[in-house]
Amino acid sequence: MFTAAIISGLGLGSMYALLALGFHLTYVVSRTVNFAQGSAMMVGAVLGYTFSITWNWPLWLALPATLSLCALYGLVIERCLVRPFHSRGSQAWLMATVAAGILVDNLALFTFGKEPRQFDSSLAHLNIDLFGSNVGAQQLLIPLAGAAIALVLFLVRRYTRLGKVLEACVQNPKAAMLMGINVNRVVAIAFAVSTVFAAIAGLLIAPLFSVSAEMGMLFGLKAFAVAILGGITSAGGVFAAGLLFGLAEALITLYFGSAFTQIVTFALVILALATRPNGLFGSQALVKV
Amino acid sequence: MAARFPTLQRLLLPLAAAVSFSLGAHAAEPPIKVGLVAALSGQSAKSGEALTRGLTMAINEVNAKGGVLGRQLELVRRDDESNPSKGMLAARELVQREKVTVLFGGLDTPVSLAIVPLANQMKVPFMGIWAAGTKITENGAADNYVFRVSAVDELVDEALVKYGVDNGMKKPGMILINNPWGESNEAGFKRALEKRGLANAGVERIQDSDLDVVPQLTRLKNAGADTLLMVGNVGPSAQVVKSLDRMGWDVPVVSHWGPAGGRFGELAGPNASRVHFIQTYVFTDHNSAKGDALLAALKAAYPQIKTLADVTPAVGIANAYDALHLAALAIEKAGSTEGKAVRDGFYAIGDYDGLIKHYQQPFTTTKHDALGPEDYLFTHFVNDQIVPLKAKE
Repeated sequence: MFTAAIISGLGLGSMYALLALGFHLTYVVSRTVNFAQGSAMMVGAVLGYTFSITWNWPLWLALPATLSLCALYGLVIERCLVRPFHSRGSQAWLMATVAAGILVDNLALFTFGKEPRQFDSSLAHLNIDLFGSNVGAQQLLIPLAGAAIALVLFLVRRYTRLGKVLEACVQNPKAAMLMGINVNRVVAIAFAVSTVFAAIAGLLIAPLFSVSAEMGMLFGLKAFAVAILGGITSAGGVFAAGLLFGLAEALITLYFGSAFTQIVTFALVILALATRPNGLFGSQALVKV
Repeated sequence: MAARFPTLQRLLLPLAAAVSFSLGAHAAEPPIKVGLVAALSGQSAKSGEALTRGLTMAINEVNAKGGVLGRQLELVRRDDESNPSKGMLAARELVQREKVTVLFGGLDTPVSLAIVPLANQMKVPFMGIWAAGTKITENGAADNYVFRVSAVDELVDEALVKYGVDNGMKKPGMILINNPWGESNEAGFKRALEKRGLANAGVERIQDSDLDVVPQLTRLKNAGADTLLMVGNVGPSAQVVKSLDRMGWDVPVVSHWGPAGGRFGELAGPNASRVHFIQTYVFTDHNSAKGDALLAALKAAYPQIKTLADVTPAVGIANAYDALHLAALAIEKAGSTEGKAVRDGFYAIGDYDGLIKHYQQPFTTTKHDALGPEDYLFTHFVNDQIVPLKAKE
C-alpha cells in the first residue's frame, strides 16, 4: 500500500515538476512566466488524442506533430503576449498569459467537445508487482520520464553551447546582447521548451486521467505553487519541490484521508514559504546598484 | 346615398371587427413560455442536451394536440454553466423578463438549491427534473413552489444501501464527490446504514481533478470495506474504477446515477460494468408503447440518434418528458398561468399515464416528489449502453 502511494505521489509530483520547470525556464531568462502552462498541458493531451485516436496517426507522427504545435503555441505566447508588454516595462504580460489560457481552454471546449475522452494506452492496463503492491506501468513511466527530462535539461544547460547562451542570458541579458547573443531568440526558445514540457506532462497523464478541455487549469495552478515552493530560480529545487508536493498529497491522503489533502498540503506550502521566503531551494537575488 | 354609406359603415365595422377578432384570437394568442435553467456548456453539457430533448418532445406532443388553454407552449433556455449564481440570475431573468409560467431545473444540486428561494419568493412553480438533492423539494418554505420528477438523494441512498445489503454488503466504504451533493448523500447513507445497524468502513472524498484514487481506496480497503457506495459524476467515478483496476481490488461498487451522465463506458474502460447504478428510466429493445413512440420521435428529430447508446442519459430525457406533461396538466387544471393557481394545479392532477410510470395524484401539499424508491431501477454499462440489471444479478 505504501509503495503504491509512493509511486502515485512520485508520478503526480513529476507532472507538477515538468510544468513548474516551464515556469522556471522562462523566469530565469526573462523574469516572466507563462500562466497558460496549464492550458499548454491540455493542448498537448488534446492534440495527442486528436492525432493518434481520432485521426489514427501512428505514434511516430502524432508525437512530433503534437510537440511541434505546442512549441509553436509557446512561441506565439512569447511573441504576441509577453514581449510587446515586457519590452515596454509593463507587467500586463501577466494578465495576457492568464487570458490566453482561458481563451485556449474555451476554444478547446468548442472544437474538441465538452465531454472528457479516454486516451487509451496499453501501458495504462499493464500492472507490475512492486514490493508487494500493484503498480501501473504508466505510473512508473511518468516519474522516469520526468527525471529523464530534468536530467536532459541539466546536461544541456551545463555542457552545450545553447546551455552556455542560456546561462549568459540568465546572468546578464544586456552583456549577453552586447556579446552578440540574440536574447529575444533565447527567450522565445525558453517559452517553446516550457510549453513542450507541459505538453509532455499532458501526454503522460492522459492515459491515467481523461482528456478534456478543462483538465489543465488546476494542474497549472499547483505547478506554479510548486515553482514558488522550490525557489523558481533553481531548476533542481523546482523538480524536488514537485516530487515533494506530489508525495505529500499521496501520503496525506493515505494516512489522514482525502478530506485533509488540500488543506494540509497548501498549509505546508504556506509554512515552508513563511520560513524560507525564497523557496526551499532558492536563494535571494542580488541586485546590483 | 352619400349620407347612407357612413351609417352602413358604422353598422358593419363593429361586426367585421368582431368576426376578425374571433377568427384571429387563436392565432394572436401569445404562447405560454416555460423556462429551462441547466448546464448547456461545460462538462455537464450532455445533461442539458438530454433535458432539452425531453422537454422539446413533450412540448411538440402538447402543441400538436392544440396546446394548453388554447395556447402553444414555448421553451426558453438559459445556460447556468453549473454555477449557482449564474443559475439564479438566469432564473430571475426568465421569470421577470420572459414571464415563464413554469421553470425547469438542471443537473446540479447547488444550482437548484440557489433557485429554490427565488422560486418560492416570486411564486413561480419550479420543477426539478434531474438534481436529486433532498433539500430542493424539502426546503422548509411555508409556501412551497418546488416540485420534482426525479430521484431524491435520501431515497436513493436508502435504495442503494438496500441493494447492497440484498447482495451481501456488511461493511461498506463510501467514496463521495467533494461537494454538497456528496455531503447530502453521506448523511443519507449513514441514516440508511444506522437503520440496519450496519457500520461503515469510512468516508473518502474524490474531486474532478483526482488523477489517482488509490490512496483513498487503500484506506477503505484497509478498514475492511466489502462494498463501495459511490457518489460522483462521470469523470471521478471513472477514476475510481481505473484505480480499482490498478489495485487489483475486485469489490462491488453500488453507485448513485453519476456514471450515466456521459461516456462512462469509454472513460472507465472494460471494467465499467462492475459499477451498478440507479436510473429512473432506460430505453431498451423492449420499451412500453409510449417509450417506443418517444424513441421513434427522438430519432426523427435528432438524426445523430441512431442506436440506444445515443439516447443517454435517458433519465434526463424521461424525467423532462414526464415533468413537462405534468406541468401542462397543472396549467390546464389551473385554468390560468398565474403562479399560485398553477402550483395548486399540480396538486389537482389525478391520473397520468407517463413514460416512467402511471402517476396517481403525483403531488400533494405534503409530497412534492413524484417519484419514489419503487420507481428506481438498477443498471450497469455494457460497452457504451446502459442496460437494466436483472434482480439479484
